[in-house]
This record gives sequence, structure tokens and C-alpha cells, in this order.
Amino acid sequence: MIVLEKRPQPSKAWSYATPLVAVLATMVFGGILFAILGKNPIQAIGTIFWEPLFGEFAFYYRPQLLVKGAPLVLIAIGLSLGFRAGIWNIGAEGQYIMGAIFGAAAGLAFYPLDAFYVFPIMVIAGAFGGWLWAAIPAFLKVRFGTNEILVSLMLVYVAEQMLASVSLGLLKNPEGFGFPGSRNLQSYESAHNAELIVGSGMHWGVVSALIAVIFAYVLLNRHMLGFHIRLTGEAPRAAKFAGVNPARLILFCLGMSGALAGLAGMFEVSGPSGQVSIDFNVGYGFTAIIVAFLGRLHPVGILLAGGLMALTYIGGEIAQSQLGLPAAAIQVFQGMLLFFLLAFDLLTNYRIRAARKEVA
Amino acid sequence: MKFTSLLASAAMVLGLATGAVAQDKTKVGFVYVGPVGDGGWTYEHDKGRLAVEKEFGDKVETVFVESVPEGPDAERVMTQMALEGADLIFTTSFGYMDPTINVAKKFPNVKFEHATGYKTAPNVSVYSARFYEGRAVQGHIAGKMTESNIIGYIGSYPIPEVIRGINSAYIHAKKVNPDVEFKIIWAYTWFDPAKEADAATVLIEQGADVILQHTDSTAPQAAAQEAGNVITFGQASDMSEYAPKPRVSSIIDNWAPYYIARTQAVMDGSWETVNTWDGIKEGMVEIGEISDAVPADIKEEALAMKAAMAAGEYHPFTGPLKKQDGSDWLAEGETADDGTLAGMNFYVEGLEGEIPQ
Repeated sequence: MIVLEKRPQPSKAWSYATPLVAVLATMVFGGILFAILGKNPIQAIGTIFWEPLFGEFAFYYRPQLLVKGAPLVLIAIGLSLGFRAGIWNIGAEGQYIMGAIFGAAAGLAFYPLDAFYVFPIMVIAGAFGGWLWAAIPAFLKVRFGTNEILVSLMLVYVAEQMLASVSLGLLKNPEGFGFPGSRNLQSYESAHNAELIVGSGMHWGVVSALIAVIFAYVLLNRHMLGFHIRLTGEAPRAAKFAGVNPARLILFCLGMSGALAGLAGMFEVSGPSGQVSIDFNVGYGFTAIIVAFLGRLHPVGILLAGGLMALTYIGGEIAQSQLGLPAAAIQVFQGMLLFFLLAFDLLTNYRIRAARKEVA
Repeated sequence: MKFTSLLASAAMVLGLATGAVAQDKTKVGFVYVGPVGDGGWTYEHDKGRLAVEKEFGDKVETVFVESVPEGPDAERVMTQMALEGADLIFTTSFGYMDPTINVAKKFPNVKFEHATGYKTAPNVSVYSARFYEGRAVQGHIAGKMTESNIIGYIGSYPIPEVIRGINSAYIHAKKVNPDVEFKIIWAYTWFDPAKEADAATVLIEQGADVILQHTDSTAPQAAAQEAGNVITFGQASDMSEYAPKPRVSSIIDNWAPYYIARTQAVMDGSWETVNTWDGIKEGMVEIGEISDAVPADIKEEALAMKAAMAAGEYHPFTGPLKKQDGSDWLAEGETADDGTLAGMNFYVEGLEGEIPQ
């Protein structure tokens, strides 16, 4: 018989080892899956993890890792602040969409003005849009005690409808022959979130993601507010005695995660994506939840997790076209990652022991 | 690694990147918006890909990536295919338009073919099919067959292609049944079985006994089968697994001849930018077998209409027609020009509701 025994203290070692073990387990079981599909498992895993970093065309894929990873990291950093305090913002996807709409709308309002201040205004508008969308569940929770998980999630679908509406109406490209979608911001110099160095993948969103990592690290480790966030999550009663104001904490955590998600949306719409369209959002807001947990809600961990997630996306596409792996197999592979992480997480708090049958 | 070999490999990378290295095999890439097993739109494009493989055998290599979101991800997938030496890339969804143009700029020696868009470039062609011809046949059958006089329509996105289909189906349903009424639901997706099934169920609950769909999965067919006494039409693919009822006929997109011709053109070096818009006449749009659930006389009329379109004698948009707001559009005997059709953003007279703005 095997029994689980609760550890008196969560294991530090396991808490660091879990993500690595999860990645390894994903490789093993993913490999078995690929083998069942009739592909060479070593080649498939190699393609996913090796090709984007060191393959023949790594000069193109490495910058793409930044492009794909930046929004994930930016959103996940914001989410992790709330998650640490037990405040569950599940609606980052909606805040991401609203950030993009506000940011793009601000830029398009100036079209075709050529001025240095257009882009900064868009940045502020984008952050505001995301903040506003997250402030709704925050306000409702503080004022009426509603569940922020449900409210923030439901607002994603509202945001998707707004996105469709502005793509077809308010922000529709007047020169687009009646097709939905806004003007392409890539061809509007002042509003274009271009690569800072051509071919590097570095755009303002990547820079912001890195700043957010540092900012979150300092906040959590060196600042009273960060202490309150951690305390509320780990010992809510103690937090109460320490004089933490829960309403302010909720407003801060949700607002901050909303603003960061909004920024991510704004940088995406003005850069890699270029236009507001009905299909603009591709699930960054939801994937970021995985990234936040994969990174142990730790800023540096999230940075690494974001990179890993981006790697599986890009490597997965390469595996599809080179090896003919179905897209669904790649999605299962990504799903395994979270599954194993949560499964092995058990070992942080519990230990497995072989138990002798006790005599009654 | 020696410096010379480093240089050599660098040169090779550059050579591949610009597509300058001659290859024996022509490499053709396909970017799909849905999974190849969707049973509809993407499934038919993949049949086209397989036809290219069959036609050219060893002379061609095809690659594809499925379920690619429209946006920066599509751009990366296309770039990846071009980097890996594709000579010709088919991008098979409307939302791939700007990404296709962006990537085409970076790879002037790679040819691109974008389905259902309107932006061309020296190395970008566009192609689409006149699905609205098939919609006319569907409208005729639907108008004759409905008993509740309510026809449900699952729209994907309110873009000209979809609006054209609605107008065409409505005009021909109304012609044979003046009491007919269209109920339209916008799903805002090309492929989402759950959403499509919901939409079909809602329409059926509102009294529709015919469901037309402009989305790609077979979920509406399944919903109709469950409800019973509802008829449907296969979309993009034959969907014959739901025949003879609920699926009574279908529009089949046959991309194979076009894909083979364009691949051949790349091989010959005769590829040029074209703007292809083919219909029943050229075989790009096919009408799937009309099942026995349709009475023989209706079937005959439908086939006669198809034959007339194939012969170029009949245009589905022939006047007199008015726009929804009552203003004149086409005079008696006048047919719509391609420009108006391509950018169609209005309903014809009689349709209720507004196009989402």
C-alpha cells in the first residue's frame, strides 16, 4: 500500500524540482503519444525543443520566441500578484481584448497625424482599457461580494462581442471594401509598435514584459504591499490582524493584472498583429494562467515558463509541417505540461510512503 | 566547425531564405484555419492537397499546418514554410490576407495563393469560388421544401462572401415561396462544433425546418438529425454521412483542379498573379447529390437551374432586385457586376434584421 503523508513543512526542494520533473514527464509521455501516432518520438521531441533554438532557421525562430512569449509573461505577471493573494482573475483574455481595442482606437483617432506622442497615448489607453475591464469584477466584489472568478470570466465573452462589434463598425477600415477589421497599424508609422532593432523580435511589449518581471520581483520582496499580498494568500487571518485592507488589495491586484493584460493587448495589436479584427484574440489570456502556475507564481519563474510555453507553440508548428504531427497532438502535449505540474505539485506538500498493513 | 564550412552553411541558409537554390522537388505548403478532419472547409482544401500529391507524385512535396489562428501566428507559419524551401504556399482563410502580403514581401521568389481575399502582389494571387451559385440551388430547394416557412441560417462572419450567400439563397427561396422568412444567427466562427450546434438548435426551436450553414463543421447536421423533420445542406464538403436526411444536398468546394494547375504553373515557371473567381461552370463549385428526401419535380428544377448556371445562361443575381432599404439595385434583366458582389455589404429587399455593424 502506498499512502500520502502530509509534510510538516512544504518541501523547498520539490517546489523547485516540480516544474523540471513535469517537463521531463511531459517529454516522456508526449514521446509515447507521438510514437503511437507513428512518428519517431525522439525526432518529434527534438524538433519541438531544439529546432526553434538551435536549428537551421533559429535566426528567425529565436526572435519569434520573444514575440510569442512577451504577452504571456506580461499577463502572467499581473495574474500572479492576484493569485498569490487568493484573488482569481480568470478574465485576462477579456482585459487583453479591451486593451487592444482602447489602444488601437486611441491610435486610429489620430490617423493620419504623424507625431511622437501618438504611441505613448496608445500605451496609456491600452492599459486603461484593461484596467477598466478588470475594475468591474473588482468593484462588484468589494461592493457586493460577487465572485470575481465568474464575473471576470463572463466579461471575456462580453469583450469578444465588443471586439466583433468594433471590427465591423466603429474601427472598420474605411478603405477595406466592407470587410471587417481596422486599418493596419503596421502601416501607420506613429502608431506602429515596430521592432526596436530589425530582426530581433524586440518590440515595446517585450521590453515591458521584462520591466514587469523586475517590478513584480521588487514589489513582492522589498515592498510592504508585496508582503501584504503574500501574507493574505498564505495566512488570511494573520493578514487581517496585520491591518491589511482587503478591499484595497482586491482593487490593486485586479486592477494591476487588468492593466498589464491591457498593455499586452495593445502592444500586440499595434505590433505583430497590426489590426483589430474579429479573431484578434488567440487565447493568450487563458494560456497565461498556465504560465503563471508553471512559473510558481514567481516573477523569474514566469519569465522562464513563458519562454517554455512559447517554445512548445513554435516547436509544435515546426513539428506539424516537418513531421506531419496533427495540431491536436501538440495541444495534448501542452495540456500534459500543466497536468503533470499539478500532479507533481502534490509532492511539495505531501510525501509518498510505503505503508505496512496495520494490525487491527 | 571550420570557418569556410561556416560560411558555406551561412550561404546555404541565405540561399534557402531567398529561395534561390534550385530544387528537384517542388514544395507546396498549405496553411489551414481548421483541423483537416473538420469535414467541411479545411477537409476539402486538404483533399486538394492530396490531389496535388497524387497528380505529381515524386515531383512534389506537400506540407501543411492545421488550426492556425488568423494573425501573427499565421505569419510565422507561412514564414517557416518559406524558410524551409516552399515554392508555393496556399493560405486558405480570409483572415490570412495581411499576413500573406507581409510574408510575400519578404520572400519575393516564393509564390503565394490566398483564398477569398482581395489583396494581390507580384507574388500573391487570390482565388475564391462563386459559392453563391450553389446557394441559389439551396434556396430553391429550401423554399419549396419548408412547411413552417421559416428557414434558419447560421452565418459565420458578416463579410461579403457570407452576405452574398444569404442574399442568393433568400432570393431563390422567395421566388418559389413568397411567405418564406429567414432567421439568421451569426456564430462569429468558421469552426466551432459546440457553437454551431447551439445555433442550429436555437433556430429549430424558433420553428425553422430548414437549416443553411456557412460554418464548417457537421454539428448543425447532427443537431438537425436529432430534432428530426429538419433538412440541411452540406457546407464546403458533401457531408454525405448525413444523407438522405437531414442533408438533402450540398455545396462542395472542389479546389483540386486549381491547386494542380497552379502547382504545374510553378513547375513550368509560368506562374503569374491572377484573381480567380470560378463557379459551377468551371467545376470549382459542385452541387452534391440531391437525395431522395427531395421530391422528383423539385430535384429536376434544381438541376435545371444548376445546368443553366453551368452554361452561363443564368446569373443568381438578376434584376429586378431591390436592396433591403427599398432602393433600386438591379433593373429588369440586369445582372450584378463582380465588383458589387465582391464587396456586398447589404441585404436584398425582404430580409429582416440588420447586418451586424
